[in-house]
Parts: sequence; structure tokens; C-alpha cells
Amino acid sequence: MAIKASFQINDTGPEWRIYFSGNWTVTLLDDVDSLVRDVVIDPGRPLIIDLTQLEAIDTAGAWVIYRFNRRAGEDGHTVTYEGMGEEHRTLLDVVAEYEEYVNPIPPSRSPVYRLIDGIGRTVVESWYDFVHSIGFFGAVLLVFRRAVFEPKRFRGVSLVHHIEYAGFNALPIIMLISFLVGAVLAFMGADILRDYGLEVFTQSLITHSFLREFGAMLTAIIVAGRSGSAFTAQIGSMKANEEIDALRSLGLDPMEILVLPRVLALVLSVPLLTFVAMISGIVGGGLVAWMILQISPSMFIAQMLASTDMNFFYVGIIKSPFMAALIGVIACYQGMRVEGTSESIGTHTTASVVQSIFAVITADAAFALFFLKLGV
Amino acid sequence: MDRVADRGEPIISVRGLCNAFGSQIVHDNLDLDVYAGEIIGIVGGSGTGKSVLLKSIIGLIKPIAGEVRMYGLDPHELDPEKAMELDCRWGVLFQDGALFTSLNVAENIQVPLREHAVLSDLLMDELAALKIRMVGLPEISATKLPGELSGGMRKRAGLARAIALDPDILFLDEPTAGLDPIGAAAFDTLIKQLQQSLGLTVFLVTHDLDTLHSVCDRIAVLADQRVLAVGTLEDMLEFDHPWVREYFHGPRSRAAGIGV
Repeated sequence: MAIKASFQINDTGPEWRIYFSGNWTVTLLDDVDSLVRDVVIDPGRPLIIDLTQLEAIDTAGAWVIYRFNRRAGEDGHTVTYEGMGEEHRTLLDVVAEYEEYVNPIPPSRSPVYRLIDGIGRTVVESWYDFVHSIGFFGAVLLVFRRAVFEPKRFRGVSLVHHIEYAGFNALPIIMLISFLVGAVLAFMGADILRDYGLEVFTQSLITHSFLREFGAMLTAIIVAGRSGSAFTAQIGSMKANEEIDALRSLGLDPMEILVLPRVLALVLSVPLLTFVAMISGIVGGGLVAWMILQISPSMFIAQMLASTDMNFFYVGIIKSPFMAALIGVIACYQGMRVEGTSESIGTHTTASVVQSIFAVITADAAFALFFLKLGV
Repeated sequence: MDRVADRGEPIISVRGLCNAFGSQIVHDNLDLDVYAGEIIGIVGGSGTGKSVLLKSIIGLIKPIAGEVRMYGLDPHELDPEKAMELDCRWGVLFQDGALFTSLNVAENIQVPLREHAVLSDLLMDELAALKIRMVGLPEISATKLPGELSGGMRKRAGLARAIALDPDILFLDEPTAGLDPIGAAAFDTLIKQLQQSLGLTVFLVTHDLDTLHSVCDRIAVLADQRVLAVGTLEDMLEFDHPWVREYFHGPRSRAAGIGV
């Protein structure tokens, strides 16, 4: 193990002498820097910096020694070096050459300032995001309108690919989660309803909640996390890699090639996924009802058909394309906002998922109010 | 530290190096010596494995055969602690700087300092500012993120990070690629300057004939999966091999003032 950097002061002689010894290299400096900073230089005697015991030096060590020398000089002392080797001289000259420029990096602001600054930035940023997502939504609609009149602009291959990727491949996870939520809902519901002797209504609890709310909501949230994030990352890394600029320079519209197929794929496949989610949830709840309440499947279905208004299903399914459009637009918008770095992709992917889930839940609340007023 | 090592002993010695990706052989029985204090330029056509050679020397790629010795030690055979100590003795500048995008320039330079040394924040800021000036960046770039810098500035910042620990050996992977001629010439001067003031050994992978002409002490030509020739620029001009002749006597080398 190499000897660490250290120094001794000898102020008993006719001159004031400081010995630097050991290895003055960056990994062995440790706290010697602050000790050198704190050395009180005794005035009135010649000051000698003795380097004879110095074993090795690099720019970091040379900087600390040079800074000491400069401080002594500023205090009006005459500094002489002793035992300065060729290597020492070169490095001291190097740091001296650049020293006039070396000002410590300005200290960062106080935590309170940064907190307030951060809040302000977030508010402005969120407002900007909100306004621009609406603008982006409009742009997607314009591209869609153009494609309606020129159907070749629909990019069939890309559309089918994204339907498979975001729709078909999402089936297992959506079925599983809906099934489990349905089962848990039936368990908890039956338990509470039994206290009132109303366990026969477990069936209504499950079918009503899944048809009206859970089917659409679960699907939208899973799709936002699963496909929305993927869309943002895909478009974002293309943006970072200048592929979007390349598309534009080739006379192609990224909105038409990248964004429209993704948004349309979600709008087409999410209602189907929602339907599957409704069925899976009801099957999960029905199985639990059969197991703990001994309501047989045939009876469950008979009860369901008797007590369920078809409007419940329509209320649930009509929401899903709107939610899909929200997710798709937000995901693609965030992807387009990525700037150059890998960190930016991460930030915008997070923003994409958070914002689309928020948008989906807000939209659901709006729909609930709307249907309440309509009386369905 | 033996910054001034014996001229006679190579500090990097590559023997019988073989590298292959699948069935594609990149290096076959490659030998190369690098001596302390020299600037060696590695040239070769695209795909001849210049960067692969660099990565095998610094231990990022494990060769399928052969050995690499630095200061007589094989980085692949050392225990992790010793290997890390060895890592601190060289700095690497990757092709596009490879700066950490989430950190600003000063923080990038401080990454190795924080990891391998115990220094006060004040000294660390001073050292980062010193290195930033040494590579010729304006001081204001200290607090900029890599995304806000131009390509040339990113390379300089990468170089500042590479010399943060005052290494003995500097590996540069195409340092002047993508720079304008003035920027490239300034970078060449910078490399030469740093090499002289810090006593570095420089291992330079390049395509740039001007760099070879103005900076390198020796040149090694990679072709046919091995080092075809090593020597000074004059040696290369006299070397009789179709690729070498075309490289050093082509129109671009005449433009660079070589071989006229």
C-alpha cells in the first residue's frame, strides 16, 4: 500500500519550512487538502516548500500544493521550493498555466429555492403539456380525416402489427387480472352481503360493476401501462436517434406513419379487450359464487339475464374507444417530446403512463356524471 | 508511481490475441507492443477490429485466445480489486464521449474521483474546473448536460473525464472523427500537449491522416486480422502492401501532406 499524502511544518529554524511527503496523487490525498487549506502561515520569515520527501505527484496533488503557494504569495510571503524534481516542476507549471481560469463551480442554490423552483417548473410544464396534448390530439384528428379521404394513408401493415402487439398479445394479462379481480370482488361482496342476508345479490354486484366500470377501467389501466409506455419508448428512441427528422426529410409524415396506426390500433382493439375483461371478471366472480354461495352457473346466468339491463353493457363498452384514444395520443405525444438523451426517454415514459392513467380515470368520472344525468 | 517507466519494457504487450464474433474472425494471432511515453496510432480499414483491439486491451472484451499484459499484468487474470487498481491507471475516451447523460460535465468528471478517491466537495469542484480548462472547454460548460454540448465539446468533456485520475495511459477511440478540420487540428494539439505535460502514453485509434501525421510517434496498421506493420510514418510510406500503399499514398494522404 502506497504512503498517503501528508505534510509537516517546521517553524523552529530561521525559516518557516513545510515538508510535503508521501504520494500526492488523487487517490491518496484524502483530507490533506482541507488541512493544507487551514495551515496558518507564520509571517516574517522566508517560506520554504520542501519537496524532497515527495514520492509521487499528479495534477490533483500539484493543484493543492500550488494553491498553498498562491495563498502564501497573496499574503506577501516569498516562496522558495526545495528539492523540486523535473516531474514536480512540469506538473506545477501545468496547473499554474490553467490556474487563472480555475474558479470553483458556482455553488448550487439553497434547498428551499430549489424546492420552490421545482414546483414552479412542474406547474408551468404541466400546463404546457396539457395544452400541447390537446393540440396534438387535434393534429391526430386532422391526419385521420386526411386518411379517410385517402385510405392508402392508413398504413395497414403497421396498423395490424400494432393491433397484434397492443391488443392480441395483451389478452392473457387482461383475462387473468379481470378474472382475479372478479373473484376477489365476489368473495368480499358475498361476505358483506351475507350479514344482511342479501348474498343472492352477489351476482348483481359482479355483473353491474364489471359491465359498467371495471371492464373498461381495468383494460384501460393495463393498456396504459403495457402499450402506452411501449409507444412512448419506441417513438422516443426514434426521436433521440433523429429517425423522426429522417422521416420528415424524406417527405414522410411521422404523424401518419407512427402516430396514427398506434392510436387507431388502440381504438380498435381496446373495446374488444374490454369485452374480454368483462366476461373474464364475471366468470371469476361466478366461480366464487358457485364455490361459496352454491349458486350454480346456470342459475347465475339465469339471474344475470333477468336482472341486467343491456344499457349497462353499452355504458361500459362505449367508454373504451375514448379511453384508448386518450392513452394512444398521450403516449405518442410524450414520445415525440423526447429530447436526445436516454434519461429523457425514461422521464417521458413515466409521464406517459402517469398522465394516461390520470386521463382515463378523469374521463371515467366525466362519463359517470354524463350517464347519471341521462339516467342510464 | 512509475510514471517514467523504462523505455525498454513495453507497458502494453499483446501476444497471440484472437478475437471472433461467431464465425467472423476479427483478430488472429495479433502481436503488439506499446512503450511508455509514446503516442501510437492504430489504423486500419473499417471492420478490421481497431475498436475491438482497444476493448480487449482494457479488458472489456475477453479474447478467445492470447494474452494482454499491462505493466506485465493480465487484467483478465487479476482478482477484481487489483483489476480495479489497474483500471485507474488508464483513461478511455469512447467514440462519442460516452458521457453519462443524466450528469453535467463537472459531475461526469467527478464520477471517477468520487469512486476512487476521498476528496472534499470543494477540491473536487476545483479539480473538475481545472480539467475542464485543461481540455480547452469554456468554464461555463461545467454545469451543462451532455445533451447541451456539441459533438466536439462532448469529446473534450469525455477527455476531461478520462484524465480525471491522472492516468498513465490514455486510450482514444477515433478522437477526431466527426469534428471539423479546425476542431480536429485543435484536438490533435490538445492530445500532444496533454501527453507532454502529463507524461502520458497514448493509444490512438484513428482514421485521420492529419492526426497520424502531426501527433503519432509510431503507427500500427491492422489488416488481415493482425498487425501488418508497426513503425514511423516514414516506415509506412515505404512498406510494400497494397492496402498500406493505397492508404498512405492515396489522394487524401497527399492532401494531408504525407508522402509528397
